Amino acid sequence: MSTVLEERPAAADAIQKFTATMMIRRFDPDVDTEPRWQEFSVEMLPTDRVLDALHQIKWEQDGSLTFRRSCAHGVCGSDAMRINGRNRLACKTLMKDLDISKPVYVEAIKGLPLEKDLVVDMEPFFASYREVQPFLQSSSKPEKERLQSAEQRARFDDTTKCILCAACTSSCPVFWTDGQYFGPAAIVNAHRFIFDSRDEASEVRLDILNDKEGVWRCRTTFNCTEACPRGIQVTQAIAEVKAAVLRGRP
Amino acid sequence: MSDIPDSSTAPTRTIDGVHYHQHDIVIVGAGGAGMRAAIQAGAGASTAVISKLYPTRSHTGAAQGGMAAALANVEDDNWEWHTFDTVKGGDYLVDQDAAEILAKEAITAVLELENMGLPFNRTPEGKIDQRRFGGHTSEHGKAPVRRACYAADRTGHMILQTLFQNCVKLGINFFNEFYVLDLIMTEVDGEKRPAGVVAYELSTGELHVFQGKAVIFATGGFGKIYKTTSNAHTLTGDGVGIIWRKGLPLEDMEFFQFHPTGLAGLGILLSEAARGEGAILRNSEGERFMERYAPTIKDLAPRDIVARCMRTEIREGRGAGPNKDYLYLDITHLSPEVIDAKLPDITEFARTYLGVEPYTEPVPVLPTAHYAMGGIPTNVKAEVLSDNTTVVPGLYAAGECACVSVHGSNRLGTNSLLDINVFGKRAGDNAVEYVKTAEFAPLPDDAAEFVKGLIDQVRGATGTERIATLRRELQESMDDNAQVFRTEETLIAVTEKIQELRERFLNISVQDKGKRFNTDLLEAIELGFLLDLAEVVVYSALSRQESRGGHFREDFPKRDDEKWLVHTMAYLSGDAHSADAGDHIKLSTKPVVITNYQPMERKY
Ligand SMILES: Cc1cc2nc3c(=O)[nH]c(=O)nc-3n(C[C@H](O)[C@H](O)[C@H](O)COP(=O)(O)OP(=O)(O)OC[C@H]3O[C@@H](n4cnc5c(N)ncnc54)[C@H](O)[C@@H]3O)c2cc1C
Ligand code: SF4
Ligand code: FES
Repeated sequence: MSTVLEERPAAADAIQKFTATMMIRRFDPDVDTEPRWQEFSVEMLPTDRVLDALHQIKWEQDGSLTFRRSCAHGVCGSDAMRINGRNRLACKTLMKDLDISKPVYVEAIKGLPLEKDLVVDMEPFFASYREVQPFLQSSSKPEKERLQSAEQRARFDDTTKCILCAACTSSCPVFWTDGQYFGPAAIVNAHRFIFDSRDEASEVRLDILNDKEGVWRCRTTFNCTEACPRGIQVTQAIAEVKAAVLRGRP
Repeated sequence: MSDIPDSSTAPTRTIDGVHYHQHDIVIVGAGGAGMRAAIQAGAGASTAVISKLYPTRSHTGAAQGGMAAALANVEDDNWEWHTFDTVKGGDYLVDQDAAEILAKEAITAVLELENMGLPFNRTPEGKIDQRRFGGHTSEHGKAPVRRACYAADRTGHMILQTLFQNCVKLGINFFNEFYVLDLIMTEVDGEKRPAGVVAYELSTGELHVFQGKAVIFATGGFGKIYKTTSNAHTLTGDGVGIIWRKGLPLEDMEFFQFHPTGLAGLGILLSEAARGEGAILRNSEGERFMERYAPTIKDLAPRDIVARCMRTEIREGRGAGPNKDYLYLDITHLSPEVIDAKLPDITEFARTYLGVEPYTEPVPVLPTAHYAMGGIPTNVKAEVLSDNTTVVPGLYAAGECACVSVHGSNRLGTNSLLDINVFGKRAGDNAVEYVKTAEFAPLPDDAAEFVKGLIDQVRGATGTERIATLRRELQESMDDNAQVFRTEETLIAVTEKIQELRERFLNISVQDKGKRFNTDLLEAIELGFLLDLAEVVVYSALSRQESRGGHFREDFPKRDDEKWLVHTMAYLSGDAHSADAGDHIKLSTKPVVITNYQPMERKY
């Protein structure tokens, strides 16, 4: 008996394939002195994401196209890029949701050193993250779990969602002009611990963020909040940290 | 902050363009298992963690539903029930001594994570909250029990983040975007031992040799042998493939888990936590069909059973949609508040990728390739075995790449996040003990020779076959022939396909000839691992003429304990390049460890 079954959902069959034009900003460090735009044409299904378009190019047209990706459903943070001028995850952006009557522009995120095509050097980003001491610090050594009420847990729920994709930080105009600025992602990850009832090092972190490259550089442009693929209220988290710095406690 | 013996990532020397590093313990992989091992290892010895991804990109972060531990925070529970459920869930192919360790140490494992900072959901009293999950029961199968500790539906994300945060705290040395492509084994006093690994640095294209007294593999699964899968693009089984190529055995490779609820057509996972919170599977007639197959625990039957029932419903014409080719996961009876609090991410997946609103519409689902029960055989100390009993001193494996075996022929949901923590920790602890007295095994002069040759050959390839085409053909054939239902006929069909693809693989072309960030080259090398592993999966599946857990042979639909209550051990032997699988794969068996639970019929 054969076990072959047609597995595509009916919705995909009903709607036709469509063709889209992709404009990709290419950069090969061994050859190019400046990035250049290159045009590709792709055939897409309605359920296809920008990541599928990039894969189609890499797998069928030009194997040298370079980008990061892993999970393909918005949880690993590998593929933040600028799509039509907005920072988004390629795997979470459906082609059909973009205006495909025009070319779709895809380029690397800004503010971090460009390595190749859509790949940037993430090290400065992670360095800022490490500086805010993003780990629980607590002197108590309970035998079982530390107790935490549902309300206390809810206080920092939003900022636990961060996948360190850098979409926020690399959409921030302050960060573009001053790479020393901690950037929204580092502040989000500080927030996650500052407002955790189990943590005892909030003062240290608030002190770190009171630095001249800290929270006060934020000019509340909301780019970060718009860019965050996890729907984190980034600007609000920064505002809460600012208020805590003024109070000197969470 | 830390008092690590050696916290430098600079190589000790560079010879002929190859960089050499030396650490007591070399960990390959920075997912849950690798980082849990690193937290133990880094505190006690000079440690390097090598990962092809940034640690936080590892697929542990995709895990949703929970991590099992009989904390008994919300209702009566104990580790013995958990052990029994694990054994029965695995259709009695579980090594019972290992399952007992898993269930006992679960409790400390969860508490340690909480202590490290993991933000678990809480009960009204402020304790770690627990939810139901498939196959986890009280009193040996009487009723579903709330055993899964969770953080909304992003438990894996929180585990991965928490472990990474603690590695940052400890100052662990990470080598990110380094692809390990070879394990160096040397003979010391007539005994084979690991001397280190060879890695390819993605950003530069340069090679690094990491010499270590102990090597821990924690490279995750290989779901990309299938097309419809919940696994990441990067889960290509490199670590398991490297071990295989070294002539070390692989255990129980025929057992692959198909998770019942992948988004139809896409394979993206909707956690079993949905059913744990009350979601119901329905067919085209709106019927809750699991009631017919598993009257006691219904939708919360183990995954192998639910996946087969779904396939059966479709075959019998009760599939939904215009082509009658999927089923529904229905959560419309749950309130939006509960959905938002407990299942926010997966409902978001349904909206984003299928355009379905789970508050009001049932979600189209189908089984998706999810988890490799088989892998690198280890004992309960996470030491790798070179046959049924012999330990390779200094070599460890933990996590999805390993086979202890705590999952037998079918893993229970929430037991893998548990596995990576319990056995990741054991691997780290035992490696620390080992390196206290062990010497470095000498490196051969040409340590990097094999990888150099491999890279040059693949980069230079100018054939006519595209890597993506071969990979797609492999994945489609595996989906068609080696999925939930298998027969000799389908398995032979895919065997022949793999043979053809291995042949065509010799004629590939790689377009990117550059050194920096050459992902084209690495995809070719990853495909090589996929082909090797798919062949072992299928060859082992052909041999096992019975049905057990995740391996269902329609031509042998019964479990056969007389003949097959044994693990499969596969070895690479003979000419690796010979066309016929039978000419380079040798199979043997290994007894199952049975302590307290005699095999019984598996009813739910
Ligand atoms: C969508 C999804 C949901 C799940 N939900 C649950 C759940 O709710 N509960 C549960 O218990 N289990 C769940 N699982 C299973 C569980 O998440 C995984 O089995 C487990 O996380 C695997 O962890 P790991 O550390 O072994 O591997 P991974 O987390 O996959 O890590 C593998 C690591 O190895 C590295 N690596 C691989 N190859 C190389 C190489 N060649 N060189 C260097 N590094 C390499 C990678 O970079 C990565 O760091 C789920 C799985 C999926 C896919
Ligand atoms: S806050 Fe959002 S955008 Fe910023 S790194 Fe985290 S997930 Fe990405
Ligand atoms: S590939 Fe993981 S977030 Fe897009």
